[in-house]
Amino acid sequence: MSARQQLLDAASQRVLIFDGAFGTQIQNRRLSEADYAGDLGLPADQKGNNDILALTRPDVIGDITRAYLDAGSDVVSTNTFSANRISQADYKAESLVADINIASGKIARALADEYAAKDGKPRFVAGAIGPTNKTLSLSPDVEDPGYREIDFDELVAVYKEQAAALVEGGVDFILIETVFDTLNAKAGIMAVKQLERETGRDIPLMISMTLTDLSGRNLSGHTVEAFWYAVRHAKPLTIGLNCSFGAEQLRPHVKVLSQIADTLLMIYPNAGLPNELGEYDEQPDTTAGLVKDWADHGQVNILGGCCGSSPAHINAIAKAVAMSEPRKVPHPDPAMRLAGLEAFIAA
Amino acid sequence: MTQSSSSRFINIGERTNVTGSAAFKKLIMAGDYPAAVEVARQQVENGAQVIDVNMDEGLLDAVHAMTTFLKLIAAEPDIARVPVMIDSSKFEVIEAGLKCVSGKPIVNSISMKEGEAAFLHHARICMDYGAAVVVMAFDETGQADTKQRKVEICKRAYDLLVAEGFPPEDIIFDPNIFAVATGIEEHNNYGVDFIEAVQELRQLCPHAHYSGGLSNLSFSFRGNEPVRRAMHSVFLYHAIPAGLDMAIVNAGQLDVYDQIDPALRDACEDVILNRDPDATERLITLAESFKGTDARAEKEAEEWRGWPVERRLEHALVKGIDAYVVDDTEEARAARAANGGRPIEVIEGPLMDGMNVVGDLFGSGKMFLPQVVKSARVMKKAVAHLIPYIEAEKDLLPEEERKAKGKIIMATVKGDVHDIGKNIVGVVLQCNGYDVIDLGVMVPWPTILASANDNKADMIGLSGLITPSLDEMVTVAEEMQRAGMTMPLLIGGATTSKVHTALKIDPAYEGPVIHVLDASRAVGVASKLLSDTQRDEYVAQVEDEYIHVRDARAGKSQSVLLSLEDARANFYDAFLSDKPAPPEQPGVHVFPDWDLAHLRQFIDWTPFFRAWELHGNYPAILKDEVVGETATQLFADANAMLDQIIAEKWLTARGVAGLWPCARDGDDVTIHLAETEEHVRLPFLRQQVKKSRDRANMCLADFIDPNGDWIGGFAVGIHGIDPHSARFQADKDDYSDILLKALADRFAEAFAEALHQHVRTTLWAYAPGEQLTCEALIKEEYRGIRPAPGYPACPDHSLKPILFALLGAPANAGLTLTESFAMWPTAAVSGFYFGHPESQYFGVARVGRDQLEDYAARRGVSIEQAERWLRPNLD
Repeated sequence: MSARQQLLDAASQRVLIFDGAFGTQIQNRRLSEADYAGDLGLPADQKGNNDILALTRPDVIGDITRAYLDAGSDVVSTNTFSANRISQADYKAESLVADINIASGKIARALADEYAAKDGKPRFVAGAIGPTNKTLSLSPDVEDPGYREIDFDELVAVYKEQAAALVEGGVDFILIETVFDTLNAKAGIMAVKQLERETGRDIPLMISMTLTDLSGRNLSGHTVEAFWYAVRHAKPLTIGLNCSFGAEQLRPHVKVLSQIADTLLMIYPNAGLPNELGEYDEQPDTTAGLVKDWADHGQVNILGGCCGSSPAHINAIAKAVAMSEPRKVPHPDPAMRLAGLEAFIAA
Repeated sequence: MTQSSSSRFINIGERTNVTGSAAFKKLIMAGDYPAAVEVARQQVENGAQVIDVNMDEGLLDAVHAMTTFLKLIAAEPDIARVPVMIDSSKFEVIEAGLKCVSGKPIVNSISMKEGEAAFLHHARICMDYGAAVVVMAFDETGQADTKQRKVEICKRAYDLLVAEGFPPEDIIFDPNIFAVATGIEEHNNYGVDFIEAVQELRQLCPHAHYSGGLSNLSFSFRGNEPVRRAMHSVFLYHAIPAGLDMAIVNAGQLDVYDQIDPALRDACEDVILNRDPDATERLITLAESFKGTDARAEKEAEEWRGWPVERRLEHALVKGIDAYVVDDTEEARAARAANGGRPIEVIEGPLMDGMNVVGDLFGSGKMFLPQVVKSARVMKKAVAHLIPYIEAEKDLLPEEERKAKGKIIMATVKGDVHDIGKNIVGVVLQCNGYDVIDLGVMVPWPTILASANDNKADMIGLSGLITPSLDEMVTVAEEMQRAGMTMPLLIGGATTSKVHTALKIDPAYEGPVIHVLDASRAVGVASKLLSDTQRDEYVAQVEDEYIHVRDARAGKSQSVLLSLEDARANFYDAFLSDKPAPPEQPGVHVFPDWDLAHLRQFIDWTPFFRAWELHGNYPAILKDEVVGETATQLFADANAMLDQIIAEKWLTARGVAGLWPCARDGDDVTIHLAETEEHVRLPFLRQQVKKSRDRANMCLADFIDPNGDWIGGFAVGIHGIDPHSARFQADKDDYSDILLKALADRFAEAFAEALHQHVRTTLWAYAPGEQLTCEALIKEEYRGIRPAPGYPACPDHSLKPILFALLGAPANAGLTLTESFAMWPTAAVSGFYFGHPESQYFGVARVGRDQLEDYAARRGVSIEQAERWLRPNLD
């Protein structure tokens, strides 16, 4: 059975569990520059290049993934949020994009298979693709609103390189996450569609938007509803929200998306809002209590954590929703659902 | 059109179409994109629900024009909120457009003109980009003219698309609206053909939509707008019921069907429905008499253009409209110059005021980032206009005063791409005569340090929005220290805070480190740091604050804590025989609709001005040298709105107060509810910080007699704000919206004040003869206090549910609590009444672990739960 179908089957039985943050987990290990750099001989300081650890400290990435699997994750992601040509250029590591993604995919794949073999419960690997630090919809120059730092086709190529390597590394799905610019996500969708055609295989997509203000818009200005209509053509396996704020602040937006999205819904919020020192101090039970509320209202299919969340958070969530009914995917009547920054429905 | 037929019909704006609008074509040919963008804005303001963009003109690079224009309108939230229709006969133009549009657009159009293969290829591309498509009724042999051809071609296209997996609801057929009344007999039935084809297709193609370009219809009457408008309206009147659900039309140029001159309307109807062979002749004859009667102004001046220039500038900034900003800025400058004023005053006055409004709206989540960027752009244009005047003024100054006030390096730190806040600060500083060197975003520390040294900068400003930037700022500070630098370091950005700066950044660098709360503070900070006379004092003052913050965190020095036992031993020993007599009217009292006109007298205006970032006390603030004018204007607007609120009864003040017998039990107050024989426990917190000399460690319970006493509670709220707020928001009138909300808050506070007075004089009546002026009330020159849960004397918000239950606040005052104990509606106040003459406000401040554990036991909750509630008062 395809991974797509397996996930759909599992999601019809119960609320599934995604993983939590890598960044804070890596930070806690206080790695040195030498840990990051390994013997790759790159010409730039690698400290903070978390993604490269797949090559230089695979044990660290493996340990974190294992901790999430132990905590109850059904779906684990690759630690590849910034493993794209644009972000890696900051570290002069562009030439390693494919290697990082393949290695990361393999680490997660091997562990997912190991855990599945142990208890017969399927585990899935989502190849994570971040938004890059360039935006297709906004001008970085306030005086020239028509200027763009990058164009659509360039970004498609960047995403495609990463997605191809993740697939090679053995991931089940491609997760386009933390979408702050809707057009970037559309470029990601295009990249995967092209890849599907070229390789002749089904590459299920997971798409996750991030909100940048409390009114519920992302950086490019799209409401949650407009965002869904703008990416619905990708027929993603899951749609959802991640990062942004804590669960508390996401609540109204989860509700909206839950009602309109005719596909699985995956939400992985931050562990609350950062405190004044920039640290996340929401306790696992608090996060679990908040997301359980969504599960109890049949609003979610997959739950996990983003910034500041730990295996303890994931474990608390897994326990809290173990008995919850999964969300039933709604089937809205056919209508032309267009989107500017806001949704427009022609009945 | 009649109202009912238009309600489900979609207007697609046609003015941003070079083939349809000569004016737009002229702007695009001249490269005047800012004016072209205004055309789009006007269309949306006029009600276009989708805007059609077409750049098909032989002399234009259509790909370039299309992508340029689409990117520009993407930066205009007022326009970009509606979907776009990418309109071109060249597919390469369409695909280039699709790469710039972030929502779900419509492609206009594809057809089977070049055969099925090309048609499906184009359709697949549209699917990949997630666009809906307009399919022209066009096949290998040409455009469909008759009803039969239209139906045949559209059905064939529908079947092909659906087989390919194209969602049928995303197909829009354009079965060709052709010109009628051309004098050629074969054309006479074109209107009927279209209408009947749509009627039939609607049955054959489920979920599909129908559209058409309306202006073709009246092509023979070019130059005669009244006739064209009438024809369009009549056509829609008949085509919409048949199934036409959208049309490319100038939303501002349609007549109401019922209001068309009856003779003209009949003539149009005869032509469009092809009712008799002489119809064309008759319409042509009649049309002559309508020529030139089009008195309707092409473009009515928008209302805001009639406002005073200051408000126009603010409006332009808030709305991000740059079309008139140069003219308005010039008007403001000239007006000041005529009175001997200086050009810089335009910046310091109306422009900065406007930017402050923008900052507040953004801060409160009512504006989102793209709008702020637009506002910054408008600001820059205004400033650019003023710079030559400011320069010219400088030339008249002596040499030493001519140089910039100071040089500031600004950067968003490595790892962070957010630069809007930094840009705004940069603009503000530049406007105020500082030389700003902006290094951009993702700037590594070596670049920042090198640039500061190379440019002999006076200070460095760091910005960041995301939390990891905080660590990077520490790194920059450490590196500055290592490099032996001494220049001030300014810290700003959404996640930065005074606490973080004091705890983490300041200790890393010996030079001055200043946290700048928002853009409006930047100039004050910079000028103090560069002042010979103020610098040392200011730096010392900030350093003091930071030491204080650090001490508070470390729990050091002055704030030694007593044990709870010792603190209780040092309780406030009130003279209990002075306690007030039992109330004349005990129990719960409900006030469903307190007179707003009465509450108006109790309004404390100082916090109102503070809410608008105008600092100073009322009424002195109205005459304040700096903000007096603004404050006066705001005060006038507020009073005008108050008049309206009261006259039209926009809001309802609902409140409840209760007075109950009680007794002190340790640090708790137990209330005895006679009716239910129930005891309700109110646990209060006690000050534990060691006091100097003989001052007590107070707790609110100290004001209550253990042998029997009385306590009160109240909750008031202002209801009814939503519809008005929604109306203001619909009018994009953020100013009035904020004003209304600020006034509602004031009403809630005024209600608390008025109700407290009523309690003192009438319900409890321990001060029946009290005669206090409003000013005296504000200064709290009365007997008794009304501390609120969540405020210093009673810092635990979680007492609110207990208070609300005692009062029946949800039923009696329509007030509810969120799970984090915020009151809803938001304009609300609640608290306890203490009547003892010695009762007073104080701050509980830090409490120890022993009191935390004791409190948890008294509240009957886990220590973890109590910790969450009391976190601000714990270490």
